[in-house]
Amino acid sequence: MGISVEGANKSFGDFQALDDVSIEVPDGSLTALLGPSGSGKSTLLRAIAGLETLDGGRVLIDGEDVSTKPTQKREVGFVFQHYAAFKHMTVYENVAFGLKIRKWKKDKIQARVHELLELVQLHGLADRYPSQLSGGQRQRMALARALAVEPQVLLLDEPFGALDAKVRKDLRTWLRRLHDEMHVTTIFVTHDQEEAMDVAGQLVVMNHGKVEQSGTADELYENPANEFVMSFVGEVNRLGDELVRPHDMEVVLDPDDKTQEGLVQRIVALGFEIRVEFVLGDGTEIWAQLTRAEMQRLELREGQIAYLRPVQAKSFNGPPTSSADGASTPQRPTDGGDAEVSAAV
Amino acid sequence: MSSTAGSRWGLRILGLGYLALLLVAPLVLIFYKTFEDGISPPLEAITSPDGLHALKLTLITVAIAVPLNTIFGILCALLLVRHRTKGNFLIDAVINLPFAISPVVIGLSLFLLYGTNGWFEPGLAEAGIKILFSTPGIVLACIFVSLPFVVRETVPVLQEIGTEQEQAASTLGANAWQTFWRITLPAIRWGVAYGVVLTTARVLGEFGAVTIVSGSISGQTQTLPLFVAKQYENFNLPGAFGASVLLALLALAALLAMNLLKRKEDA
Repeated sequence: MGISVEGANKSFGDFQALDDVSIEVPDGSLTALLGPSGSGKSTLLRAIAGLETLDGGRVLIDGEDVSTKPTQKREVGFVFQHYAAFKHMTVYENVAFGLKIRKWKKDKIQARVHELLELVQLHGLADRYPSQLSGGQRQRMALARALAVEPQVLLLDEPFGALDAKVRKDLRTWLRRLHDEMHVTTIFVTHDQEEAMDVAGQLVVMNHGKVEQSGTADELYENPANEFVMSFVGEVNRLGDELVRPHDMEVVLDPDDKTQEGLVQRIVALGFEIRVEFVLGDGTEIWAQLTRAEMQRLELREGQIAYLRPVQAKSFNGPPTSSADGASTPQRPTDGGDAEVSAAV
Repeated sequence: MSSTAGSRWGLRILGLGYLALLLVAPLVLIFYKTFEDGISPPLEAITSPDGLHALKLTLITVAIAVPLNTIFGILCALLLVRHRTKGNFLIDAVINLPFAISPVVIGLSLFLLYGTNGWFEPGLAEAGIKILFSTPGIVLACIFVSLPFVVRETVPVLQEIGTEQEQAASTLGANAWQTFWRITLPAIRWGVAYGVVLTTARVLGEFGAVTIVSGSISGQTQTLPLFVAKQYENFNLPGAFGASVLLALLALAALLAMNLLKRKEDA
């Protein structure tokens, strides 16, 4: 059940939440809508569910225009950031709600609810009330409730936003596995680029009510369409017109014609990576991300002078440039996997 | 430490003393006076034909006015909270009118509408419907004075629960009606219940507006509060006290019923 949105417009008073947005979500995919708050990502998701009415444009689910269909007929599973648990119902009754509305037989409901509680690892908590559950449990209950009615698509609005870091990490791994098993077309909204890259196969980056770029995590990271995308999907340093990722800053002790002199201001050891902060001659503050091994080799000290060479830089004002010549392979591994992990810190 | 404990006790004594003097003492006195000469004098007054009729009329009024105000109150609260429009502040202000206006004035205004030469009088007289000096007038007056309670108690609860649960219900296939019955109403039920108890108490005890529209005809248009006043005027103090105690017990019963229901559910 693919989802398309065509030319969606929506404003709230003077605020343009969606500005001619079109996206294409392939059947069975797991897509993240990524953007800062106020970028329109939640509004877009809610419009797909029918919880917001578009001022213009249309929403298609499985090729069918559902723009005028009320929410209850769109067969979407929706998970809210703050769970939207039915507080006066037990976990069992929450999950059974959609099935009762569909007038399922009691024994069938029972079988289905227990199957889902098993799936979200909440068996044994069926008789609890939402107030007796932790945040993570509540969100898993909300997910089971949404999945119970076998929705055509699953929409998650910042589903892990209200949870603490550890639970959030567990749940997103779990969500990805769940999607691998169920293959229901899923869109989830997040402002956390690490979360989006970790969970989703496809990313749609939004800003100011517009789609900036969509693609896989790798594509966005390697070939960002503009400055916003580049700085949103990872850390960047600005060197004049150029943007450089901190792990693409090579630090050497001997200057040549491609290096810039910098004063080591601060060295922060963050486990695997070392963050070295420099001030350049013109006052620009930038930082380089080094491995422990590189650091041991260079023996940098705070207050010393070292030389910086951008291995790979991007400029969005003119034609794309790369200050590194093809022959000089980076001395340290900068493959995709490493880049993602380190960029996220 | 001791000074805060001291001030805490001081506050407690002040508060309890205030309550005792102004609320508890008069009520206890009424109970005491009622049964001063045994149970038969007050019982006799209540079980007299006029007394029984007053009780019946009061209960009929409650049975009509409270459900109507409950339904209207919930609808009105939904309108105020869920459908914000520019005219809402006006509705909000109008709903408070019965609190602001003296019941006597409300009675008089009903008189102007339904009385001789009133606005609605010609049509109603033609149809043979009598509003004033009969049960419909009493019910109308009681609806008027007790209208704000359910609205006022429901609005904050509706605001507090927000709309997410209702939206979740709609994504699960529930239509507006199902969402209201299964999600909204259960979520606001204690606000509504509290409003219902207050409405009931007010309808039971309403005096000013009812005096004017009913004419207080013994055995016909006399509610319990009017019966109390009549007994008092006729120097039948045991009768007046007996009916008063009955009124108080009815209101207490409503309050108790709500608390019992709530406790049963919490358990």
